Amino acid sequence: MAALVILGVLALALLASLMWGARDIAVGQVWAALVDPVAGDHDHLVVRDLRVPRTLIGLVAGAALGAAGALMQGVTRNPIADPGLLGINSGASLAVLAAISGLGVTSVSGYVWFAFAGAAVAALVVYGAAALGWEGVTPVKLALIGAAFTATATSIITVVLLTDRQTLDDYRFWQVGSLANRPLTVLAGVLPFVVVGLLLALASGRVLNALALGDDVARGLGQDVTRGRLLVVAAVVLLCGSAVSMVGPIAFVGLAVPHLARALVGPDYRWIVVLSMLLGPVLLLVADIAGRLVARPGEVEAGLVVAVIGAPVLIAIVRRSRGIAA
Amino acid sequence: MSALEVAVATAAAGLRRSRRRRHARRTTVLALLTAGVAVLATSALMLGEFRLSAGQVAGALVGADDPPAHFVVVDLRLPRLLLGILVGAAFGLAGALFQSVLRNPLASPDVIGISQGASAGAVAALLLGGLTGAAVSGAALAGGALVGLLLYAVAWRGGMAGHRFVLAGIGVAYVCTSVVGYLLTRSEVQQAQVALLWMTGSLAQADWSTVQLLAATLAVLVPVVALLARGLGLLLLGDDLAAGLGLRPELVRAGVLATGIALACAATAAAGPVAFVAFVAAPVARRLLGDGRLALVESALMGVVMVVGADVVAQHLLPADLSVPAGVVTGAVGGPYLIWLMATGGRRTT
Repeated sequence: MAALVILGVLALALLASLMWGARDIAVGQVWAALVDPVAGDHDHLVVRDLRVPRTLIGLVAGAALGAAGALMQGVTRNPIADPGLLGINSGASLAVLAAISGLGVTSVSGYVWFAFAGAAVAALVVYGAAALGWEGVTPVKLALIGAAFTATATSIITVVLLTDRQTLDDYRFWQVGSLANRPLTVLAGVLPFVVVGLLLALASGRVLNALALGDDVARGLGQDVTRGRLLVVAAVVLLCGSAVSMVGPIAFVGLAVPHLARALVGPDYRWIVVLSMLLGPVLLLVADIAGRLVARPGEVEAGLVVAVIGAPVLIAIVRRSRGIAA
Repeated sequence: MSALEVAVATAAAGLRRSRRRRHARRTTVLALLTAGVAVLATSALMLGEFRLSAGQVAGALVGADDPPAHFVVVDLRLPRLLLGILVGAAFGLAGALFQSVLRNPLASPDVIGISQGASAGAVAALLLGGLTGAAVSGAALAGGALVGLLLYAVAWRGGMAGHRFVLAGIGVAYVCTSVVGYLLTRSEVQQAQVALLWMTGSLAQADWSTVQLLAATLAVLVPVVALLARGLGLLLLGDDLAAGLGLRPELVRAGVLATGIALACAATAAAGPVAFVAFVAAPVARRLLGDGRLALVESALMGVVMVVGADVVAQHLLPADLSVPAGVVTGAVGGPYLIWLMATGGRRTT
């Protein structure tokens, strides 16, 4: 039921994202632009070349971020985990910084594969370090090592930015996170990874439910804890890596959306993951639309708006809740 | 002697032995940390363009007649060292308080919004107001305190539940980060670099008035921590047990959080949010002790070692033309160190 309502809201958000912006376009015109475009019509051009790409990217990145957040909170059993936690965002940021500073790349589509590779390397390092040692991977170790990796990467980034003003000038705009000015080729490149990641996420609900009871109980229920955790982390890497390479490091969606999902459907991760996939794009698109409307004819990046819109919702949920089953 | 008595006697002896071992380890860790602080402090006073011997430093401190050494030590290096010590202790304590009272190893002032609030305040003062110096510190203090009050307002609902506070805090942290991001992308790139430098945390701007102010604040807050420590130790046993022992868990928790916020705000206002110190000092200290206790003193000392050590490294070991702020070194060294501890360690401690 909740899923159906959210699906409706998502459809409205998609439509609004096509209609509203620096210049508002009526529903009829949007429809005409999609099914029967007239060459040279300015409105049609805006819809097809600007609004459709950013809407689709918002949809895919939002779903990836929402699902990744739910997986992270489940696998680390920590309600404040977000997609940034495994070091994924900072690994991607470091790689993008290297691309800007070392190779002189300055276009968003040029950043994509650097961001993706950086995210993957970061996750490998963090998971590998957590797997060493006596107990193997535990939620606390994953969380702490992820945070430690983030701190290290941030320090390196800071050194570069403090000494290299030109890099700072490019990097600061990538770093806030935005849906604007991304060509559809960016989406096409990472779409296969997102699809695999989303399928893995859908498949890992049962694992997360078992893990939520603690490793020992999960083992007692016949769950292969190590393999389950690896599966979840792999999904997180695919989803976050794709999202961060498309829209930049927007972690808030992954933090807030699972809590909203949990408030709606309870502690069953099979549903939390599905709902997070639907709520993620709603939040991201609403933030993007709001960012276009508040500063017309300019705009505020979605990455900046999303926390301002989402935090009051998150806090309201948190205030109502009695305990977090994460 | 009956079998039971033998068993009891063996168990008692075992307990005594393990208590002795824990006690010995505690003493060793304390001694090592103190020695580390002493060595770092001495080298901080000795090293620099104008290199001094340990004897000259000691002479300058007790007031020997050596004007150049006196000027270098007392006017230039000592305020910076003292600021490092105070900031490190404050961050170490704040992190230990947050992590233990909220029972979340990720909860520290740099995660739950205090640092971000202070950064938003300072960056707004720098970029919008064009302010410098003490006014920026004041704005940082206001930002951090505002976040603290806001968290109380939203998380207090017939008491302070840990998870509510942490989650509300991290939400607020994201909002503050967005504000900072907005300001950074709407300013001149030179100005953005200045703001970034502040947000990294540095001791370079140390002077005696800052040191005095922070010292006075800590002189009030540290005794409060000492008063709260017993209650906090009992809270670790669980709310029900603590209540049974005559404690009011909600009040203790609220008090500990307020003290932690005040410590973090004061330190951030003085030196900026020195990265990672508050986050990592307590886990490392607890790991060194390995007995699952609070380790407040050790966490504070660990914070001092990190900040002063980072400043010494940044000033004297790295190339001078880089002029790296201490906050970069704390993250770059503290991060890998924590990873190494986690990857090689045996038992869980957090």
